[in-house]
Amino acid sequence: MSNTTSAGWGSRVGLILAMAGNAVGLGNFLRFPAQAIENGGGAFIIPYIVCFLLMGLPLLFVEWSMGRFGGKYKQHSTPFIFDAMGKAPYWKYFGVFGIFTNIAVAAFYCYLESWALSWAYYSVAGTFTGMSQTEVQAFFQNYIELGTSHPVIFWIICLFLNTWILSRGLSGGVEKVAKIGMPLLILFGLILGITGISLQASADGAINDGVVGLNYLWNPDFSSIWSFDVWVAAAGQIFFTLSLGMGSIHCYASYLNSKEDIALNAMSAGWMNEFVEVVLGSMIIIPISIGYLGIEAVTDMVSGGSGLGIGFAVLPKLFADWGAFGVVAGLMWFGLLFFAGITSSLAMGTPVMGFLDDNFGIRQSRGAWIFGGIILLLGIPCVLSPDAFNEFDYWAGTIALVVFALVEIVLFAWVFGMDKGWAEINAGADIKVPKIFKFIIQYVSPAFLLIVFAGAIPGIIENATKDTSFYGWMARFLLLALFALICVFVYLASKRNQSSKLY
Amino acid sequence: METPALILVIVVWSSVTLITGYFFYKVLSLPKHPEPDSFEDNDEIEK
Repeated sequence: MSNTTSAGWGSRVGLILAMAGNAVGLGNFLRFPAQAIENGGGAFIIPYIVCFLLMGLPLLFVEWSMGRFGGKYKQHSTPFIFDAMGKAPYWKYFGVFGIFTNIAVAAFYCYLESWALSWAYYSVAGTFTGMSQTEVQAFFQNYIELGTSHPVIFWIICLFLNTWILSRGLSGGVEKVAKIGMPLLILFGLILGITGISLQASADGAINDGVVGLNYLWNPDFSSIWSFDVWVAAAGQIFFTLSLGMGSIHCYASYLNSKEDIALNAMSAGWMNEFVEVVLGSMIIIPISIGYLGIEAVTDMVSGGSGLGIGFAVLPKLFADWGAFGVVAGLMWFGLLFFAGITSSLAMGTPVMGFLDDNFGIRQSRGAWIFGGIILLLGIPCVLSPDAFNEFDYWAGTIALVVFALVEIVLFAWVFGMDKGWAEINAGADIKVPKIFKFIIQYVSPAFLLIVFAGAIPGIIENATKDTSFYGWMARFLLLALFALICVFVYLASKRNQSSKLY
Repeated sequence: METPALILVIVVWSSVTLITGYFFYKVLSLPKHPEPDSFEDNDEIEK
């Protein structure tokens, strides 16, 4: 029996900001510009927007409506949302991905988030003042190699903050953070972005104007759009940026009542994420770093497509050269990254809490601390070794998302039925969803996802068969054990629920 | 800036900003639903 009858959203704006916060993450500011540079510059926006329209938005509609549908059955996590939609007993085990991914991604993501928190602290403390670029890079390297106790301390603080906010509930914790964090993130992003593109060569040691970087990022190489890899990169970026295939959108939407709109809400939250990524995300790290370091150096740094190196090892030094404003800029940049991170990691905790509450009667506040304990344990190998971090990132943060999204769209469009699904999307809608989306959800998005999955198969085989370090193997074992354990809990929950015959 | 890059920046940034603003304005300007903050209404199917 659920104890969450008092749970729910305090306001519609709060829900949208929380959903947008769930989507907006570090990748909006670091990964998107790096991916664009690697995949055709401005031309990358073409496959990116096509993937957003044909895969991103349709999946947002599907996930929001599946979540609200699950809420009718007092279910707030995907195993039993899938169970309610699919009827056949095996669907709930596919829904396990919607809990597994959140726990596994939170395990390494909170560590990444803690870097932003610690760098915000270092910026205010003036740690980077007087350091050369090499020294800042050495400081970053020493930090991630645990040459100091700070990474562990900030990671624990970050875990505690996440858990404490989650324990306050949706409207009392998550929504309040989103209402403060999202406007601040946009404000900081705008200030830094305007500063970035208005940068003048020769000011504070800059060698290029800010627009040189903007030009480099947006100058299109249209030949790239014929490359299959560029399309896979665009589809991957859409997955990451919208937090699709995780189960967190389902959970947030499950706290809506069945007469409330999801169509406009999904559009608003989805496009807000795009604004942060495409507009703000392209105004900051590339214009500023090219302004000071030149095109060649920055091109080398973004190879690999993550942008982490520039964000943490380069910008602090550049900000430190800005004098008094540099302290504020550093605080804004890392504060922005921290808000982007925490609004995402909070969303990862709610499906776990919902599952425990719905099926085992564990109150949400206690569920939050259980979640915190699990990610503390699973996060240890990620903190200790980049190999473990990468295994978690690849299997949970990449492959599991695609598998889950493929399964959910087949369930929604082909098992639950597209007519019923379309009625769910439009129930209570405040906007008219163009009917073309019915066709897209039924045929185009599944085909798109199949192609993305097929494209990932060689990588899956390569990664599954390659040897790794002790921590890498430990990470693989932990991920398998976690998935199996959640399956057991889902089985036990289904036995408990059978006695009261849910559906 | 080179012309293709400039055109792309202007078109993409203005389109994304306008669409985002339009949907968010619509959310803010629509009248409130009767019970927007409760999911008890949602419990149409009893356990």
